[in-house]
Amino acid sequence: MAESTMKPPKKAFHPIAWMREHLFSTWYNSLLTVLVGYLLVTSVGPLVSWVFLDANFRGSEPSDCTGAGACWLFVSQRLNFFIYGFYPDELQWRVDVMFILLAVAFVPQFIERFPGRKWLGLFGITGLPVIGYFLIPGGLFGLETVESTKWGGLMLTLILAYIGILASLPIGILLALGRRSDMPIIRGLCVVFIEVWRAVPLITVLFMASVMLPLFLPEGMNFEKLLRALIGITLWQSAYMAEVIRGGLQAIPRGQYEAADALGLGYWKKMGLIILPQALKLVIPGIVNTFIALFKDTTLVLIIGLFDVLGTVQSTVTDPAWQNVAVEGYVFVAFCFWVFCFGISRYSQNLERKLDTGHKT
Amino acid sequence: MKKQTIDSRPAGPKPWYDPRVRSLFFQAVVIAFVFWGGWTLVDNTLSNMESRGISTGFGFLDESAGFAIIMSLVPYDATMSYGRTFWVGLTNTLLVSAMGVVAATILGFLIGVARLSNNWLVAKISLVYIEVIRNIPLLLQIFFWYFAVLSNLPSPRQSVDVGGTVFLNNRGLYLPEPLTQDGFGLVWGAIIVAIVAVVGLKRWAKRRQLATGEIFPTFRVGLAIVVLLPVLAYFVAGQPLVWDIPALKGFNFGGGITLIPELAALWIALSLYTASFIAEIVRSGILSVSKGQTEAAHALGLPNGLTLRLVVIPQAMRVIIPPLTSQYLNLVKNSSLATAIGYPDLVAVFMGTTLNQTGQAVEVVAITMAVYLTISLLISLFMNIYNRAVAIKER
Repeated sequence: MAESTMKPPKKAFHPIAWMREHLFSTWYNSLLTVLVGYLLVTSVGPLVSWVFLDANFRGSEPSDCTGAGACWLFVSQRLNFFIYGFYPDELQWRVDVMFILLAVAFVPQFIERFPGRKWLGLFGITGLPVIGYFLIPGGLFGLETVESTKWGGLMLTLILAYIGILASLPIGILLALGRRSDMPIIRGLCVVFIEVWRAVPLITVLFMASVMLPLFLPEGMNFEKLLRALIGITLWQSAYMAEVIRGGLQAIPRGQYEAADALGLGYWKKMGLIILPQALKLVIPGIVNTFIALFKDTTLVLIIGLFDVLGTVQSTVTDPAWQNVAVEGYVFVAFCFWVFCFGISRYSQNLERKLDTGHKT
Repeated sequence: MKKQTIDSRPAGPKPWYDPRVRSLFFQAVVIAFVFWGGWTLVDNTLSNMESRGISTGFGFLDESAGFAIIMSLVPYDATMSYGRTFWVGLTNTLLVSAMGVVAATILGFLIGVARLSNNWLVAKISLVYIEVIRNIPLLLQIFFWYFAVLSNLPSPRQSVDVGGTVFLNNRGLYLPEPLTQDGFGLVWGAIIVAIVAVVGLKRWAKRRQLATGEIFPTFRVGLAIVVLLPVLAYFVAGQPLVWDIPALKGFNFGGGITLIPELAALWIALSLYTASFIAEIVRSGILSVSKGQTEAAHALGLPNGLTLRLVVIPQAMRVIIPPLTSQYLNLVKNSSLATAIGYPDLVAVFMGTTLNQTGQAVEVVAITMAVYLTISLLISLFMNIYNRAVAIKER
């Protein structure tokens, strides 16, 4: 009796045995290990000394970069520009407030069992944009106006990605509903809209927004460049969003639709109360993934002359005062994006695991 | 009689509660709205273009372009028309897309398989590669390769020299170019004959295997035919091939094939970036094949290589193909980032320079979007055909 309930003996961890199994199991595995290990040692060593050991951290002038390694002074001296663009120094507290509110709303989403997590998230998609709308451009409540041409850096990147995803969500829902509608004309229009936007690159959309949008509007009516870019990004993104949401709609069993009909609910009540709450919950990981893609794609706005974080770095690496700092600048931007994207993708993977109730057929 | 029973039902809902009437009404409203919106746009656009003095129509395609393009696959010079710049841009887009698709596929499959390797070091390095590369914007990677790596290569006079035939410097990679002489047609003929012969051999071997169960070493014999026959023809025709080797002339290299740094940077970045996505697709595809399949194949006595080729890969491909298609589409669309570093692709040449010079935004944007739409639809079509060929045949 006792024998059958005993657990299997724990496998002891022996470094030698582990290495034999995982690194040197066959002759070609050994060869591969040695080869890859050699390449790793010869490349990681110089990399570490370039980034840390030989790097220059102290000083304020280009001439202070005397060591052989990276010149991080370039990044630390220009950090203000990389984060706020041309936003006036004395008004940057407004951006800082938004950064803090953004963190308060969304960082708890990574921590399970954080009290009031859902309410903070809800604030993040309702109250936050309203506050931002008044705070960042100013002009009301005695706040000094800051033209959108002065916005830039990381702040602009976050604004583009955040508004892009937030505005495309309702449009995407409508398009997804339209694509699954029984009315042939509405379905056809939605299919054409979605497929056309998904087939063209974002650059052409941005070009179109910056060159053609002014032609479409009545004379005398014009938008700022940033708003034009946002319109382009939103329309483009809503097509992708629609496809993600359609996946969720298709995953809801037919019985749910029929039950809602049987209860006598009209179309909007059926969708709003029964179908969409379930479908949207299913596709949260998909929405997060499209957000990551959009976040990386916002860098493209530098091509139409907006200064996002990559744009600010790109415009300063050519500064003749600093010699050969391109790599340092790019590493800094890469690190910014990597932290955001990797963090969010980990979050989405966790969510996927949590939402996977095993009921999928 | 039956009709009567239907007629005797209680009267239907009031017209404004009837779903069919409602649906017709809503569609009519939507159509009216779309037409009104479309008409307003066209009207606005026409009046705007008139007030700005922009001409309409596609006549500009025949006008002389008057600007030079650093790289073209079709013959081009500045005296040629704007229509010609369209073809230059299109072929350059297709070139970098095709190069990217091939490199990303090879690299992606290698990394995807390495990710599943039982060699711990190799598996972890692949994981790090995937997680680093796919979380960094593609545009940043293109900039990195172009501005930080390739432009820091030595100048033409200090080129990296590989055996006096291949040169690498900050103006590009210079490769020797094969120039075919008279009589090379014989070699082309031999290649075609060899391919036909191998296809025939494969069919014959399969028939024989089905009839007798004997396996013919098709691959080895086929490889021998494909290699030996053209080589034989080459020597019979009197070696009709000379190599144009690049050489330093003045400040730059002349002769040979040049891979300009813009193309190289775009190609490297596109391939590395897309490969990291393809690797994850390949990994999930291979993992989707249940272990029982491998075990069953081993139980039947199939060796490892054949198990992989005949059992695992065909089943994994079914999972891999649809997301792979969308990665190819992404790659083609992402190749438009060329405009940021000045590689003359369709967007840079046509939507950039041509649009700026002619000002005919509507026509140029419409043509460019139509091209991408067509490419996307064609790739989807071909991949769907292939997907249907490898899909499970259900009875």
